Amino acid sequence: MSEKELGQKWDHCLADSAIKFGTGLGLGIVFSVVFFKRRTWPIVFGTGLGLGMAYSNCQNDLRSHYVLHSKVAKEQ
Amino acid sequence: MLRVCWKGAHAAARQCVCGKVKAHPLQHCRKYSTAGDSGSSAGKIVAASLLSVGGGLGGAILYAKWDPKFRANVEKSVPYSDQLFEMALGPPPPPLVLLQKKPIEPLQIFSLSEASKESKQPKDKAKKSDPAPVEAPAAVEEAPAPTAQTLEEASVEAAHIISAIGEVPSVPAPGTSDESPPGHTAAGEECKDHHEPELKERPAEEVTARLAQQDKAEQDALALTLFPTLTAGLEESLGSTAKTTLQAIGAQEAALTAIAAHTNKLKEAMDSETPPDEKSSQWKALNEALSDRTRAMEEAEEALLKAKGELENLRGVINSAKQSKINTARPQILAAEENLHSMIVDLDKVVTKVQTAQTEAKIVSQYSELVNEAKAQFQQELANITPETQANWKGLSGKLSADDLTSLIAHAHRRIDQLNRELAEQRVREQIHIEVALEQQKLEDQKALERAVVSTLEHSREDMRLEQEKKAQEVREVMEAEMRTQLRRQAAAHTDHLRDVLKVQEQELREEAQEILNSKMMEQETHYRRLTQEQLDTFTLDMNAAYARLKGIEEAIDSHVIAEEEARKAHQLWLSVEALNYTLRSAGADFPTEPLEGAVGVIKENCAENEFAQALATAIPEESLSRGIYSEASLRARFYDIRRLARRVALIDETRNSLYQYFLSYLQSVLLFEREQVAPPAKLAPEDLDTFKLLAYANYSIERGDLELAAKFVNQLRGESQRVAQDWLKEARLTLETKQVISLLSAYANAVGLGTTQAP
Repeated sequence: MSEKELGQKWDHCLADSAIKFGTGLGLGIVFSVVFFKRRTWPIVFGTGLGLGMAYSNCQNDLRSHYVLHSKVAKEQ
Repeated sequence: MLRVCWKGAHAAARQCVCGKVKAHPLQHCRKYSTAGDSGSSAGKIVAASLLSVGGGLGGAILYAKWDPKFRANVEKSVPYSDQLFEMALGPPPPPLVLLQKKPIEPLQIFSLSEASKESKQPKDKAKKSDPAPVEAPAAVEEAPAPTAQTLEEASVEAAHIISAIGEVPSVPAPGTSDESPPGHTAAGEECKDHHEPELKERPAEEVTARLAQQDKAEQDALALTLFPTLTAGLEESLGSTAKTTLQAIGAQEAALTAIAAHTNKLKEAMDSETPPDEKSSQWKALNEALSDRTRAMEEAEEALLKAKGELENLRGVINSAKQSKINTARPQILAAEENLHSMIVDLDKVVTKVQTAQTEAKIVSQYSELVNEAKAQFQQELANITPETQANWKGLSGKLSADDLTSLIAHAHRRIDQLNRELAEQRVREQIHIEVALEQQKLEDQKALERAVVSTLEHSREDMRLEQEKKAQEVREVMEAEMRTQLRRQAAAHTDHLRDVLKVQEQELREEAQEILNSKMMEQETHYRRLTQEQLDTFTLDMNAAYARLKGIEEAIDSHVIAEEEARKAHQLWLSVEALNYTLRSAGADFPTEPLEGAVGVIKENCAENEFAQALATAIPEESLSRGIYSEASLRARFYDIRRLARRVALIDETRNSLYQYFLSYLQSVLLFEREQVAPPAKLAPEDLDTFKLLAYANYSIERGDLELAAKFVNQLRGESQRVAQDWLKEARLTLETKQVISLLSAYANAVGLGTTQAP
């Protein structure tokens, strides 16, 4: 169903964002702990990175229908 | 301040879409106001807000100046901004041709036609069923039509046959009736023509024919009766007349002789002076002679009369014979006439002789008379002188006295003297007397001559006539002979001609008879044929009528069978359509119906020959057959989800599809208040193509059960809303199609059922 598609996308989006958030957070924490002396900014950075990626992915996913796909014609 | 910014942005966004709320233009909020300035006074706030407003306006105007699209947008959304812009910037640049306008127009027309109905589905169904019944009765009418047609054909055939029969007898009849009278008339005319020339020819031949007839008649008559009688008569009369004439002639001659004798005697008596005794004997002889003479004369007279009578008779007979016109008797007639003539001539001669003798005798008798007279006178004188002697003279001689004698002598002397004197006188007057006598004689001679001349003339005339007659007779005979030959020739020619004519006539008559016979035969034949034809025709007519009826019955039965077959088929069709309808009801809340394949297959089986039904059955979309369709209720239920979703993604389309837009769109949907159901207008204007409005219309329609209209409205959605609603739309389309086809089928089945149902 086409109406479900959106929902699915959103689900995917959320899931993806959660994952990415978590992963970002985790990596941020890791990096913060490991490399950056428990500063806050890697965590935030990582989280932000994750969220941003998630956002971007979400957007792309939602936008995917409207994006024109082009092909490079092979030269004969 | 961020919130304020957000608010402003939201308001702008709302304005852009709905155009209700006057808001600031959508623009990246460039105004960054310092956050957390809670200690600013109201004035500062006011000033800040004024500034921001002014800045916003100016910024908007500047941006509008730079971007005409933006200007148009703002003018569209903000009511009096166009005036402001015009005031500030001047008239707007000429608008570009918007391609978006075009698809709106056909939509309008479409929506007009649709919206004008304001119909619920049953009405649509009813309208769709209209073409179906029209077609169905047409299909159904075909069934009873053949029956009527065949009956009509049969009746037409019968009518043809009857008319043919009616024509048939009339055809030969005019022929015969026309033929026979012309034949008759022609024959009659021919006959007449034949007759007429024959009639015309006859007068020319008539004469010869009549002559021949006459000849024949004559010959016949001659042969039979008249000729012998005539000749006999002629001969008889000739004989008798000859006899009588001879007798008469003899008598006349006898008379003549008697007269001569008498005269002689008288003369003797007178002249001679015989002695008295001889005188008495003389006188006796004289008397005798006289008596003889008289007797002879009488006899002669008688004989003459008789002869004359006989002659007259003969003449009459001859005349009658002449009149009888028998030419062959002519010589006899002529001979008879000659004889007659000769007899008459002889008779006349004799008569003249007798007459001369008579005249002589008369003279002599006169003389004697005179003498006697003288004597008488003398005697008288004597008597006077001698009155005593009164006796007759003859017996007187003995008784005479002297006186008497002397007186007598005296008388005698005196007488002698007298006589001498007379004689002298006479001698004197002799000449005169002679002359007188001569004259007398001349006269008498002339008379006699005249008489003789006359008689001779007559005789010669008679002779001439006879000659003429003879000659004529001869000529006639010759002519007759010639004429006879000519006539014979003519008769021969005539007979030849007659033969030819007869032949021709015979031929013609034969032909005529043949023709008449033929015509009669023809008539009879035609009559017979007509009768037989009539019989045949009546029989054929009856047979044809019976056959036609039989055919009609058969046709009726066949048509009945066909009709029943049709009815059965219609019934089956209807049942299968009902089954199909029933399968439609098998749809559940969220799952579709059973696949319609089975029911449609049944329909296809049942109406294998019905093209319409076949077409309709094939027109059912594949999906519905394989998967089944959703019910209206489920679609309705689904619609609400669709609606909600579509509202949420109302702003998303190709240009705007970032997550932010999604958020905005969601916000819009949450914050936008509107009526859930709005009655769709009759005409769809471009501003009605707003998602929310469309959804409202669709909601309204679907609430009223008009899935079609709802689908139409949903079809007008654009962008993400369209994508979201696509499946639903597809399902709705499927359902609508299938429902349409099924309704058509059921209407058709109903119509067919109605059509095949025969009224009792």
